Amino acid sequence: MAKKKNENRGMSRRRFLASTAATSAALWASPILGQGRPRVVVIGGGAGGATAARYIAKDSKGAIDVTLVEPSRHYYSCFFSNLYLGGFRTFASIGHTYGTLASAYGINVVHDWAVSVDRGKKTVGLAGGGSLAYDRLVLSPGIDFREGSVRGWDLSQQNRMPHAYKAGSQTQLLKAQVAAMRQGGVYCMVAPPNPFRCPPGPYERISMVAHTLKQSNPTAKILIVDPKPKFSKQGLFEEGWQRHYPGMIERVGPDFGGDKVEVRPGSMEVVIDGEVTKVDVCNVIPAQQAGRIAAVAGVTNDAGWAPVVPHTMQSRADENIHVLGDASQQGDMPKSGFSANSQAKVCAMAVRGALTGSKVFPARFRNTCWSLIATDDGVKVGANYQATDEKIASTGGFISKTGESAEVRKATYEESLGWYAAFSKDLFG
Amino acid sequence: MTGFTKPAGFAMLAFALPFLLLATGARAADAERGKALYQQCKRCHQAGRGAKHRIGPHLNDLFGRRAGSLPDFRYSSAMRKAGAGGLIWTDESLDAFVANPRKTVPRSRMSYDGMAAAGDRADLVAWLRSLSGSRLPAAEPTMTAAEYGLDPRLLTIAGDIEYGAYLGSECVTCHHADGAQQGIPSIVGWPVEDFVITLQAYKHGKRPHEAMQTIAKRLSDEEIASLAAYFARPADGP
Repeated sequence: MAKKKNENRGMSRRRFLASTAATSAALWASPILGQGRPRVVVIGGGAGGATAARYIAKDSKGAIDVTLVEPSRHYYSCFFSNLYLGGFRTFASIGHTYGTLASAYGINVVHDWAVSVDRGKKTVGLAGGGSLAYDRLVLSPGIDFREGSVRGWDLSQQNRMPHAYKAGSQTQLLKAQVAAMRQGGVYCMVAPPNPFRCPPGPYERISMVAHTLKQSNPTAKILIVDPKPKFSKQGLFEEGWQRHYPGMIERVGPDFGGDKVEVRPGSMEVVIDGEVTKVDVCNVIPAQQAGRIAAVAGVTNDAGWAPVVPHTMQSRADENIHVLGDASQQGDMPKSGFSANSQAKVCAMAVRGALTGSKVFPARFRNTCWSLIATDDGVKVGANYQATDEKIASTGGFISKTGESAEVRKATYEESLGWYAAFSKDLFG
Repeated sequence: MTGFTKPAGFAMLAFALPFLLLATGARAADAERGKALYQQCKRCHQAGRGAKHRIGPHLNDLFGRRAGSLPDFRYSSAMRKAGAGGLIWTDESLDAFVANPRKTVPRSRMSYDGMAAAGDRADLVAWLRSLSGSRLPAAEPTMTAAEYGLDPRLLTIAGDIEYGAYLGSECVTCHHADGAQQGIPSIVGWPVEDFVITLQAYKHGKRPHEAMQTIAKRLSDEEIASLAAYFARPADGP
């Protein structure tokens, strides 16, 4: 018995030594665990960046070293943040964390700001002082606001006149302001000019604010000051507003000075083409451009967006950099989380192909976008896109119809709930 | 064996009949009507002689069986857990499940909103009860190429799973990759033929749903076959 034990020990020790030697040999030979493993740095942990990081890590099965740089530990999605404003979702339900990307996919999640990009040395500088080397850099920084686009407003006024166009504390603030509005007060939205994040977003927000006010403050008014002559899903929204919120919503387009607006945060006034209106809540959604790091990296154009090669989402300025989502200038796709996710999958495939020689299939893109107008009254728009040398081009789509039955609208809303759940998993695992 | 099951079955019927009479306002359940109502279930479930598992498991010999217990069907883990937790198919449990599948077994893969009318459910359950023993009517196929006017050769195209995996990344933006059903149907673990027929029917505008039609329209026959091959593999999760 004792002898057998000893034998076993001897056996296992020999086996242990042998396997260690084998492992070290494998370590040297394999690009998977050695220093030769290609490195991808992804900046921005939203719909584009989280998807790109997850798909590159998942599909390369560890052959690519993926680092995700995202300052926030909690990501609150812009998609469905309007439903939180309308009372259809809790704030917690639109919050996500990066734990699964790190634990289940081996992604190195760094909570820091990327502040510089050295394209020659291929490194990213972090606000915390660190530096990350990359073979491919994926920029998915979302949007920033264009300074001076709304007279009288700058970021220092965002607590008085919230934008709530990057979800999080701004969204909570706007909801609190709507709840605290005096009876019969005025909610004003200064809508953004094209192009901007989530084309139906401002108008879904109007619907959700109207839904809240109808219950808590039915004599309140909503004023939209809009620099655009028309907007996404306009017929559907306007039909819904008439049906659910008659007499509550007024929109001032550019024909009546919607493009000549000034705000006065101190006195809570909005000046439209010289005419002063006193408001109770003022939601200013300024003009937009690519998130700052894209400009810092030198991949943006005069309009402030980053032009990309449609087939791979590579920057037109640097083939080692890919730009995804809202920050990119790609052609016909709307700036949406769905689009960013779709672009990220094309980018992930191109990056893997370039770094590990994996198979690359032709790029294809898709967007679908649901909006909620009132309880169980959901609408949607969707389209297919393909890469041409010039741009990502639409190849046809569909939109919900006015006058649809209540059953269809309810099914559309329920579909959007299913989408949100599946989409969140597609982003964060 | 039969000597044991028969009395047990009779005992259950004796128990169930008064319950059904109460539930349907003293109306006897109508199995023939139940068979007509089964047309709503038929796209996924086969029933009758020779029935096979398709998108969902076959429905023969359902009564008294533990949920999620047929060894050769890939159930959702939600359904397997429900069975392990004691869910046995009876008049009452089937009535509750058919009334609201998502409430009875949350996160199961069954893509069905529920049958609202108690009388309809009683008729359907009565028909399901008739599907046991050896003298069954022949099972009908869940779907055929012919009913959509599709070329049956579409079913013989070999798919490329790797290509299907890439194309499928577009599908899992809305359809849960783990097969969970939530406002949007599960598409994981389907028989290849049913998957091909369904997408081809969308592609040719013979199934209604604009989003699915626009998606299917740009898919080639080979791409549809590749997606079918990819999604036919076992689901990763629940």
